[in-house]
Order: sequence, then C-alpha cells, then structure tokens
Amino acid sequence: MSQLVRHARLLGAQTRLSLLVAMQYRWDFVLDGVMSIFWTITALVPLYLVFQERPVIAGWTYGEALVVIGWFTLLDAILKGAINPSLTTVIEHIRKGTLDFVLLKPADAQFLVSTARFRPWNALGALAALAVFVYAFRELGTAPGALEVLTALVMLAAGLLVLYSLWILVVSVAFRAVRIDNLRYLFQAIFDAARWPASVFKGVVSFVFTFVIPLALMTTYPSRALLGTLRTEQLVGGVVGALLFAALARVVWLRSIRTYASASS
Amino acid sequence: MRALRALPTLLRIGVSSAVAYRAEMLVWVLTTTMPLIMLPLWHAVAEEAPIRGFGQARFTAYFLAAFVVRQVVGAWASWTINYEVRTGALNARLLRPIHPVWAYATEAVASIPMRAALALPVGIAAFVITGGSHVADTPWAWAMIPLALAGAWGITFGAHVVVGAMSLWMHQSIKVMDVWSAGFFVFSGYLVPVALFPEWLRWLPAWMPFVYQLGFPVDLMTGALSFEEAARQLALQWAWVAVITLLASVLWKRGLRRYGAFGG
Repeated sequence: MSQLVRHARLLGAQTRLSLLVAMQYRWDFVLDGVMSIFWTITALVPLYLVFQERPVIAGWTYGEALVVIGWFTLLDAILKGAINPSLTTVIEHIRKGTLDFVLLKPADAQFLVSTARFRPWNALGALAALAVFVYAFRELGTAPGALEVLTALVMLAAGLLVLYSLWILVVSVAFRAVRIDNLRYLFQAIFDAARWPASVFKGVVSFVFTFVIPLALMTTYPSRALLGTLRTEQLVGGVVGALLFAALARVVWLRSIRTYASASS
Repeated sequence: MRALRALPTLLRIGVSSAVAYRAEMLVWVLTTTMPLIMLPLWHAVAEEAPIRGFGQARFTAYFLAAFVVRQVVGAWASWTINYEVRTGALNARLLRPIHPVWAYATEAVASIPMRAALALPVGIAAFVITGGSHVADTPWAWAMIPLALAGAWGITFGAHVVVGAMSLWMHQSIKVMDVWSAGFFVFSGYLVPVALFPEWLRWLPAWMPFVYQLGFPVDLMTGALSFEEAARQLALQWAWVAVITLLASVLWKRGLRRYGAFGG
C-alpha cells in the first residue's frame, strides 16, 4: 500500500514538472491547439468525401464511422501528449547512456520512464474528440445510454493498455537498435491506420490489425461499445487480450533491462 | 561555379551517409504509409461499382504511385536548418566557401537512389496487381515524368528552405512546417484524389502548390491526363517552383543578416 502511495506521489511530482515546462512555452498552447484542429479536419475530410459517394461503407454509416474518428482523435491526443514525449526521452537516454541514472533511482524504472514527460497542451485534442462525438451522435440522431458509455470506457481502458504496452515493446527494441531515433514516427504511422473501422481492412492486414497490432481494439471496439453493437465475447476478448498484451510487454521490458549494457561504461 | 565543382563530392558524401544509415532510412520510408492506409478505404468504397471512373484497380495504381512519388520527392531541410540554428551548427556551415542550401539540397538528392530502391518493389507490385492497365503509355508522358518529379521535389524542398529560413527569425519554425503538411495532406491528392473532390471545391487545389507536389506526377504516371492538360499543369508546377525558390532566397538572405549565431 505504501508502495502505491509513493508511486502516486512520484506521478504527481513528475506531472508538476511537465506542467512547469509547458508553462514556459505558452505559444505552444495556441499552436498545438490550432494543429489539433487541423489534424482532426484531415481525418474528417476524406471520410466526408467518401460518404458522399456511398451511404454505407464496409458495414458502417457516416455517423458510426465518425464515432471511430472520435476515439482515434482522443487516443491520438493521448499518444502525442503522454506517450510520445516519454518515448523520445527514453530513446535519448539510451543513446546518451544517461539511462543509468534512471535505473539507479529507487523506484520502478518502467514507471519512471513512462511518466518522464507529458505535453499537457495536447489535452486540447481531447476537446476536438468531444466535438467529433457530438457531431457523430447528432448525425446518428441518438445518444448513448449509461451502459454503453460504461462499456465504452472499459474498452477505452483496454485500448490504452494495449497502446501503452506497444510503446513499451518499441522502447525494448530501442535497447537493441540504438540508432533508430525515428521509431516514434513509425509508431505514429502505424497508429494512423486506426482511424478507419476495422472492417475496412481485408485479409492479412485485417488479421494483423486485430491480433498482432490490435488497432481494432483501440478504436473499433470502443466505438461498437458506444453504439451498443459490441458483442459480449468481443468485450471479454478485448479485456483479456489487453491484459495478456500488458503482461507480455512487462516481461519483454524486464528482459531488455537485464541485457542492457549501458552506452557509457 | 564553386558550388558546381563541389557538387560531385557533396553527392558522393550524401549517398554514403544514406547507405550508412539505411536502417534509419527504411524506418523513414515505412512512416509514409498514409497512401497504404487510404487504399483499403477507397477499395471498400469502390467494392460494388467504380465511382467517377475510379475502380479498385485504378485506386491501387493511384495510391501505390502516390507512395512512390512521396519517396522520391522527400526533403527534410526545415528540420535540419531548425536544428542547426538552435545548436549553432549553422555557424560552421556558413564559414565554408559554399552556400549552405546547396549542402541541404545535395543531402536530399543523394538519398533519392536509396529511397527509390526501397520504393521500386512497390511500383512493380502496383504494375503487376493492376495488370498494367493504369500506367502512362505515351512517349510524351514518360518524357514529362522526370520533369514533373523534379518540379515536385523543387516545391517540396523550396518549402522546407522557406520554413527553415523562418527559424532565423523565430528560433523554432517546425510548427509552421506542420501547417504546410496539413495543407499537403488535404489538398495534394495524398488522401483523396483531387478528381474526387466535390464539384464546388475542385477549383481550389489547382491554385495551391500542394497538388503539384504529388497529385500531378501521380496522375501523369497513371496515364490520367491528356497532353494539353499535362502541359498546362507542368507549366503551373514550374511557376510554383520559381515563386517558392524566389521566396526562399529572399527569406534566407534577409534572415542571415539578423541571425545572431548561437553558441558562438
């Protein structure tokens, strides 16, 4: 229990530090805000144009596909605001050999690197996501019930867990291939595919995006939950899958740490 | 003149560094997956019937060509310039008897063979999958393709130098490049072929530089343009190259005058 309190206090301290850094760059607030609107539009425009041609695509209507974009925008904001900055920091640590200092600290290293840096301005992306949700449900002419929202939140938690675990796996790769400091762009590029409902993808790609890099779990399942079309086995499968993914990531992380031979010694 | 004499050496250095960091290069190539993400969506749209002349095969040809063009016209000078302004590495460049922009340009050009080699399999795959039905088949088109690719590269690189030169004023101009990228995403035909824009919006991309960075070369390669149309677009493209080059050289010159060398 005291462990939990200690880590919570650590999280508070790290977040405060990130906030202080962010306050120094107030202009970024405006620019990041404008950019998150821009990127949301780039995700919406193709969808809008596509649905001008057909009322239903791969079993999804315009309003339903908008819900997926909403989740995508939200997760994208979390990715850019909480996950990418830490990823950049760890890779920099590994390259310079300063990770040693992190490992020496008397707290769990995975926890420390995961909370190293946040970019709070990206929270604006969450507002953009909210706007997309409102637009989507106006388009559908309904509103989600309490149960739907609850299951959607469970699926969101599962999706986030998968996203975070993927990130830990990417960092583990960086322990071996140090020179790849553009890994985070690759991560972003793969995640970009999560903007469409999973049924758009066919064959091998569909298999990969469901089981290997479970993008379907991140945006399609929460959307289905919110729309009330998620089947029970999908809910259970999603949660169990996410937990397995997290366990795998933890094991790989611990093994990587053990084989890590510092850059400075 | 001096620049011309140094050019072969600069290119050789560029190619060596592209080969040395090939793993990094491969990751960069893999990050431009957007056309491959758009393709399944458009396939789903055209599943039952083609829309406005675009069937599944044409979408495949279009987006795989877009992927190849994006590789060949790549540039990243704005990042390099921003970094060098911030760290003061630009000072060393300025001491050399050759204009820094030449160095950035040769660095980008020298990576093209490596990138082309990585993109080639995709091009061949496109040809095989579509059975060669959507490939330019006239000699004039093939004569124009290198010019169109060079023009596309010129616009991309010029925009990077313009944004890079802005960092001489504002210390950090990377976010401006993000705005340009957002424009490129929507209006270049990268996500949606410009021909599929709604009627009331179609005039807009033609007056922006973005479509000449990608959409025009792709249309040319997939044999979608008549000779008159292609010639007209090629002229417009090179007009943009001229405008952006002029802007870049003015900004660079004026920016240097107020550049106060960091880390001096």
